[in-house]
Amino acid sequence: MAGSLKDQSCIVGIGESKYSRGTPFSDLELGLQASTAAIEDAGLKPRDIDAIVIPGGFGTTAGDYAACFGIEDLRFTASLEEMGGAMTVCAVETAAMALVSGVANYVLIPFVARWYSGMKAREGTANEASRIPAAIAVRDFYMPYGMGAPPQYYSWMCQRHMLEFGTTHEHLGTIAVTMRRHAQLHPNAVMRDRPMSLDDYMNSRWVTYPYHLLDCCLETDGGAAVVVTTPERARDLKSRPVYIAGIASGHPYPAHEIPNRKDMFTIGLTHAAPRAFAMAGATAKDLDFAEIYDCFTFQTLQQIEEIGLCKRGEGGPFVMGGRIEVGGEVPINTHGGLLSQAHVCAMNHIVEAVCQLRHDADLRQVKDAELGAVCAWGGHGHGSIAVLRR
Amino acid sequence: MASPASVYEKPLPLMRGYTKEFYDFCKNRELRFQRCTKCGAWRHTPRPMCGDCQSLEWKWEKVGGKGKVYTWTVTFQPLYKQFKDDVPYAGVIVELEEGPRMVSWVTGVDPMQLKLNMPVEVWFDDVTPEVTIPKFRPVKS
Repeated sequence: MAGSLKDQSCIVGIGESKYSRGTPFSDLELGLQASTAAIEDAGLKPRDIDAIVIPGGFGTTAGDYAACFGIEDLRFTASLEEMGGAMTVCAVETAAMALVSGVANYVLIPFVARWYSGMKAREGTANEASRIPAAIAVRDFYMPYGMGAPPQYYSWMCQRHMLEFGTTHEHLGTIAVTMRRHAQLHPNAVMRDRPMSLDDYMNSRWVTYPYHLLDCCLETDGGAAVVVTTPERARDLKSRPVYIAGIASGHPYPAHEIPNRKDMFTIGLTHAAPRAFAMAGATAKDLDFAEIYDCFTFQTLQQIEEIGLCKRGEGGPFVMGGRIEVGGEVPINTHGGLLSQAHVCAMNHIVEAVCQLRHDADLRQVKDAELGAVCAWGGHGHGSIAVLRR
Repeated sequence: MASPASVYEKPLPLMRGYTKEFYDFCKNRELRFQRCTKCGAWRHTPRPMCGDCQSLEWKWEKVGGKGKVYTWTVTFQPLYKQFKDDVPYAGVIVELEEGPRMVSWVTGVDPMQLKLNMPVEVWFDDVTPEVTIPKFRPVKS
């Protein structure tokens, strides 16, 4: 198909730092740990990398990595700050475009987040000098009312969904408990060995109603990276390639202003998901698993609906009965997600999807996994989705 | 209802451009939003062009100040130290009768007793000599 990115690029290397709350390492050191691991996993040498896509945030630049890796002729760089947390999967899309167009041969995507040791998201949005695109709306029209933190404006959407569709805390809690259960199966999950029950969830304090503490993702430190190349080059490398079958990103409208959208639920992913599935020649019903940007429980449910695993409004009942657990119909966040593994803006979700499709996921392996999706969310509802196949 | 300027430490809008114009109207007890003079579409937060028809012609049009609760969140954890004495407080999206929606507070009601579509009306809080913040209260029946 002319112009399509379908199956024209592959993820061939994955790497992660240790995820933790508190770290002695700098952003660049964490990024180098993850990148070195990803390059080694691919069977490449650092100097083979000829393009670096920096999703954004946290101060590391392509030039920093190139200087450390001895890359004297870096052909292409990009940064995707506007996407917010959706920048990670969007960076894979950018890498695919660079590869298919012949601009680059081996693209490194390093991402670092020090949410625990560095600046909190809620501080960034309220900062006068903030580079976050929604900053003006937030600073001038939300912050005078003390409304500048992600759990606040995302819970507007949650509350509206509860009122319109009858979604309950039992539904949301089931998502939180499932992510925690999955984290018990992952050696590099911050919440491993800290199991959680639905009662624990229900009894956790309100952060901003309808969000309990345990509706909210972790604030952790860590880095994750992937290497992307073409199928021809992938054949010579040591790891089994995972194909990018479909990939797309999208934006809510207006992108930076939540209250004046036609509805609270149409987000970037609503536009992006049909594009990605059409490219892949698949639908949500074909997915063996999905790794979904779980910044908050409801945003997970919302994305489950918007990619078409169920209809809008039916996400609550959908997540019940073990359906989203490993061993269930469509396991979600098999690594524990942002809620219970670590918050690396879904770079960890991409790494986990590759593990699943290589059939390297040990105790949390989805049996016979052939097709999976990674969804990322950012800013006030930007979205990106990769449909990946074995 | 003015609060003494010396003790007001909450975040204020950066008073320049469209933002200053919006809040200066509030100081005069007027709630105005941008409205396209070509196609009539309201818009908020402010921007220079109509997203519906791309006209650059617009005016600050006054609304009646009545609206209803569209959605809300009740903040219990003091995510910002300037609001630590206000928790729990609700950040409410109010839909004005004319159509535009805005973030505000609904005062005079327990935040956990807010209801969908609760009718509210604007009032103006002169939080500093320079800045007036529009807030809402339930309409008495």
